[in-house]
Amino acid sequence: MPKFMIWIAALAALIALPHGLSFSQQEILVFLTINVLLVASYRLLTLTGEWSLGHVVIMGVGAYTSALLTKKFGVFVPVSMLMGGVAAALIAVLLSFPLFRMKGFYFLIGSFAAGEIIRLLWKRFRDPFGGAKGIKGIDPMPDFSIGFYQFDFFEPTSYYYFAGFIVIICLWILWRIEKSPVGLTFHAVHWQDKLAQASGVNVRAYRTLAFAIASGFAGISGALLAHYVGTINPNAFDIDLMVFVLTWAIVGGTATFYGPILGCVVLTVINEIVLRELGLEQMRPLIYGAIMILSILFLPNGLESLVQKATQKRAGNGAAQRSPAE
Amino acid sequence: MTNFLEVKNLTMRFGGLTAVDSLSFKVEHGTIHGLIGPNGAGKTTTFNMISGFYTPTEGQVLLRGEDISGLHMHEVARRGVVRTFQHSTLFAELTVLENALVGTHMPFRPNIFAAIIGWDKEDRHGAEARAKEALEFFGLDGLLDEKAGDLSHGHQRALGMAVAYASHPDVILLDEPFTGMNPEETRQMMDLMERLKADGITILIVEHDMQAIMGLCDNITCMSFGKFLAEGGPTEIRNHPAVIEAYLGGARHVA
Repeated sequence: MPKFMIWIAALAALIALPHGLSFSQQEILVFLTINVLLVASYRLLTLTGEWSLGHVVIMGVGAYTSALLTKKFGVFVPVSMLMGGVAAALIAVLLSFPLFRMKGFYFLIGSFAAGEIIRLLWKRFRDPFGGAKGIKGIDPMPDFSIGFYQFDFFEPTSYYYFAGFIVIICLWILWRIEKSPVGLTFHAVHWQDKLAQASGVNVRAYRTLAFAIASGFAGISGALLAHYVGTINPNAFDIDLMVFVLTWAIVGGTATFYGPILGCVVLTVINEIVLRELGLEQMRPLIYGAIMILSILFLPNGLESLVQKATQKRAGNGAAQRSPAE
Repeated sequence: MTNFLEVKNLTMRFGGLTAVDSLSFKVEHGTIHGLIGPNGAGKTTTFNMISGFYTPTEGQVLLRGEDISGLHMHEVARRGVVRTFQHSTLFAELTVLENALVGTHMPFRPNIFAAIIGWDKEDRHGAEARAKEALEFFGLDGLLDEKAGDLSHGHQRALGMAVAYASHPDVILLDEPFTGMNPEETRQMMDLMERLKADGITILIVEHDMQAIMGLCDNITCMSFGKFLAEGGPTEIRNHPAVIEAYLGGARHVA
């Protein structure tokens, strides 16, 4: 039961968290929540061994879809968010046909090119997508009440609870997938695709599946962002944000489920709280670059390796401990 | 009556090089069949065509009369023909049990929706039971939580076969299973193969180690320079003049 208590305590802390923060920090907290889903979905893709540079654009697909559905067709907002995720997953399935002819580095560059094509389409076609200025005045999430709490979505705290609820559900699903035989097959495809094939695994189908699921959840995170900010444009989903996602994943480490999330939270706290307090936020790319190089040099297995070490020590003199493989 | 596994006029050309030249042979159900020949004879190429790794330029691979040449490797595997690889190709980062669980992919096909909701408990238990059964068969049941990459060479080889065995195959294709093994390990491996055969599994081996092959196989096909050379039982092959010439005759390299 103590494990259960830890989860309850963590949940209580997450609920109490915004009340100790300033208004601008509460806003950052909302973005952080959304980014956690983005980076966690990215990890599912890296399970099959592929690193994409188009993930943020896929997130944008979810944002644009959800925004347009509410604006043009008056779809109820939470439903449109789900549709945003579905659209992102479908686009990923389409992209998989050209992209999964490639592997490794070529896939990386191919995914970047595919993402840029989508972004340029948003810029070029002003009719549905609003061109370079994007879409403004996106319907916010309608307010509602659940009895003891009144959701007012002009308050970041309310949106934080709403987004947090959705993100936790999404993380739970991602976790279930990773710990299932499907997740094991993703690992198998990553480490030895030939042996996986010889065991009857349709490698191409599994790579597409991972890409589609990761993209679907990225789409949901994009939709969450669109209905919070109220305006989206093609430049919000450019390579800059993608580099941040990569940095979070690399600094956090991708061997565990929580690694990238840890990277995202720690770097956001460093960035938004510490740097902003010191008035250094203009130097963000410089400092992010330095952190990334330092972590690759001194912490090659990411922040997660620190957590692993700490929990192993606490496990102490239990069963035979094996040192983590180098 | 249709033959169990038949290779018909199989030909593979890489550019101008003909690696395998209209090779034909039959594998009887429930036997251990060896495919031998000097280096560069095209054994591994033949093997890769049967397992779906290569698409043959010409000719057919027939399984129970069905043409399986040109299918993808996973489609060939789903028809019951499972291969192992040269060297120790394993999921080195995963544990021994997880390796065997990947092998159960075909009998217990994962379903993502059932996995999220938690309705695949029976399948997961079934897969784990099958994986453990396969590991026990190869004497690896004491090493479930070891990383596959940390195992000894002999154990890695056995695990490679356990992964194949876990999928309930009809035919196992073994690519040089005795390479780099000492005589003791070779003898143990031969025992395991006899047990697989007793389990009703047909085995096709590509191998250099003549002693192991002669002691193990019911039938042997010998090829040289991509062509069919001779076929028969171990004694027949050992005394076949063309085989002796291919291995020992002239200044040619001895395998």
